[in-house]
Amino acid sequence: MTQFRFPQRHLLGIEGLGPQEITALLDLSDGYVEKNRSADRKSNSLRGKTVINLFFENSTRTRTSFELAGKRLGADVINMQVSASSVAKGETLIDTAMTLNAMHIDVLVVRHPDSGAVKLLSEKVNCAVINAGDGAHAHPTQALLDALTIRRRKGHLDGLTVAICGDVLHSRVARSNIHLLNTMGARVRLVAPRTLLPSQVDRLGVEVFHDMVKGLEDVDIVMMLRVQNERMRGNFIPSIREYFHFFGLDYKKLKAAKPDALIMHPGPMNRGVELDSDLADDVERSVIREQVEMGVAVRMACLDVLTRDSAGGHA
Amino acid sequence: MTTHASGRVAYIGARLLDPASGLDESGALLTDGEQIADIGPGLFADGVPSDIQVVDCQGAYLAPGLVDMRVQLREPGEEHKETLHSAGEAAVAGGVTSMVCLPNTHPVIDDVATVEFVARRARKNGLAKVYPYAAATKQLAGQELAEIGMLAEAGALAFTDGTKAIKNAQVMRRALAYAATFGLMIIQHPEEPSLAENGAMNEGELSTRLGLSGIPAAAEAIMLERDIRLVELTGGRYHAAHLSTAAGVEVIRRAKDRGLPVTCDTAPPYFALNELAVSEYRTFAKLSPPLRSEADRQAIVAAIKDGVIDVIASDHAPQDQDSKRLPFAQAETGGVGLETLLAVTLELYHNRHLSLLKAIALLSWAPARLLGLPAGQLKVGAAADLLIFDADRAWRVDPDRFHSKSKNSPFDGRPLQGMVLRTVVDGRTVFTADA
Repeated sequence: MTQFRFPQRHLLGIEGLGPQEITALLDLSDGYVEKNRSADRKSNSLRGKTVINLFFENSTRTRTSFELAGKRLGADVINMQVSASSVAKGETLIDTAMTLNAMHIDVLVVRHPDSGAVKLLSEKVNCAVINAGDGAHAHPTQALLDALTIRRRKGHLDGLTVAICGDVLHSRVARSNIHLLNTMGARVRLVAPRTLLPSQVDRLGVEVFHDMVKGLEDVDIVMMLRVQNERMRGNFIPSIREYFHFFGLDYKKLKAAKPDALIMHPGPMNRGVELDSDLADDVERSVIREQVEMGVAVRMACLDVLTRDSAGGHA
Repeated sequence: MTTHASGRVAYIGARLLDPASGLDESGALLTDGEQIADIGPGLFADGVPSDIQVVDCQGAYLAPGLVDMRVQLREPGEEHKETLHSAGEAAVAGGVTSMVCLPNTHPVIDDVATVEFVARRARKNGLAKVYPYAAATKQLAGQELAEIGMLAEAGALAFTDGTKAIKNAQVMRRALAYAATFGLMIIQHPEEPSLAENGAMNEGELSTRLGLSGIPAAAEAIMLERDIRLVELTGGRYHAAHLSTAAGVEVIRRAKDRGLPVTCDTAPPYFALNELAVSEYRTFAKLSPPLRSEADRQAIVAAIKDGVIDVIASDHAPQDQDSKRLPFAQAETGGVGLETLLAVTLELYHNRHLSLLKAIALLSWAPARLLGLPAGQLKVGAAADLLIFDADRAWRVDPDRFHSKSKNSPFDGRPLQGMVLRTVVDGRTVFTADA
């Protein structure tokens, strides 16, 4: 397994990855979960390598997760928080790429509010790039950690029915999960009001529901998406109250799902908006904290494979 | 390169193409000074007198110079993207001898002095002739009418807010009615702004996959439907620019069937490309309106064939690297088009959608007639604005070889057939292709 060679220089999205690559990444991640739980959780495989977390958008969770992943592997990790305002001052994304190139780094982890921005950056730098979320486009490590969480609980991904609920329109998490789950043979349902679904989303190989109880019928996994507060008022949905009434997950709606259905959320949660607060903390049903743990392992696996040399080892 | 137009020049061995008269025969054309002096199949059958300079066309087509009714010039204000001179060179390299520029410069062409500035600067460079449109509303703000009557007296051909739709219905109503007072035309960018706001591309499966916010095709039809009602209300003369959707074509078709004074154009990207060109976040294919679905593209081709679309214009929109090398949503819209206008349009001829005469008509005689310009035909006494081209010669689009200052072509790398060999303005050769 350690000889696995990732077929791409960058990890920009799930599209383009086949079941074998995804399975290999998940298998490798499994190993890191066990290692992280052991006393000897630090390794030196990335010693001397430099990882830069370049975040053009605020994020504590994802950035910390990547930082921890890099450090556990022995890499030097540097965080760069670039505010939108310094971009407005005139330094373009291309300028940033040129600056970073001069620093001879090994891996660049990038989050950006614009779809496609991470791909643009990846075309201009010499190092490996991991997409830590670009606009409403992709968030591949989130999809991988969700898949790892599900696989460890259910033993497999194929044949499962997964309902993704909420603001699909603005969600990169939803898009990456749709691609990954479809690739691995799961069935994907989307549950949302029509204003929060993107155009022709059914062409992505999903079943669309507007009635949450029907959408949750006999599902194995309920994946809730965060609803951004600024989208709650006015245009997309009339009010928080109305949204929770029809599309918030509570025990009553959850009854439609399989009795052992798991609840997931990419975080950060809006308690009482998309998810009932008690349900979020219900250790029988909610795997939200487990997702955070899996996140570190998956990111270690991604950093690992993207820094391997052609012989499958680390230089 | 530039030769003086003092003497007489005989263009012999040409295949003459004149859409206005339907002429499509081998023959010759004589220019005397700035004008066409004679034309015909039998001209110089017995040889050319020795005091006349001879240009042997060697069987190439000789047609009226192209008339491009939608060009963004960028001067004054954004000379780093394009100047009147660089646009003039790009135009003649593309066979365009007359072009009409949008008023979206800095300052905006909304007063008499700016109209005169553009006209004066353009005359001086002696390349393609430049005619301005002027703003329909002051500062293109969509609120107060510009001085439409006086701007027309100064030389503005028609009135438009350029790449912005005139969104307020009352303002559009008054613009149409006021312009009609003087027999003038309003040109609309037909796109409902509230549906296009923040949109980066066509709305559909691809925008969903790319995570980009989309502009629904309905944004075009909605604005056209409203405007057609206002044309009925006012009797104003209305022209819709760069049609891109099947639904938009249907609105215009119905308006024409009812006899309303409505015309429209489209641009090469809308019949030669579809939304797939923006895959991989290719900002050179980010246009306004956005490239649409394949079904829309086919509807545009059909509307060109059946005459619902009156004119093909380049919609030339130069942008520098810094405006395009950005994340897709932040990048500017538009593509350069002067130097690919002829060859991309000739795809419609090579694919047997149009006769060669019809293709040339859409690029010359049709826009000239629509705007009342003395151009676009091979007629004795007319200005000697000529295009000599090979309809079949193949080349590949290489923006580095463009004369335009900007290189943002949506057709980058595309193999094309049909090459401009020589362009003549007022009897002077202003462009010849490298042998």
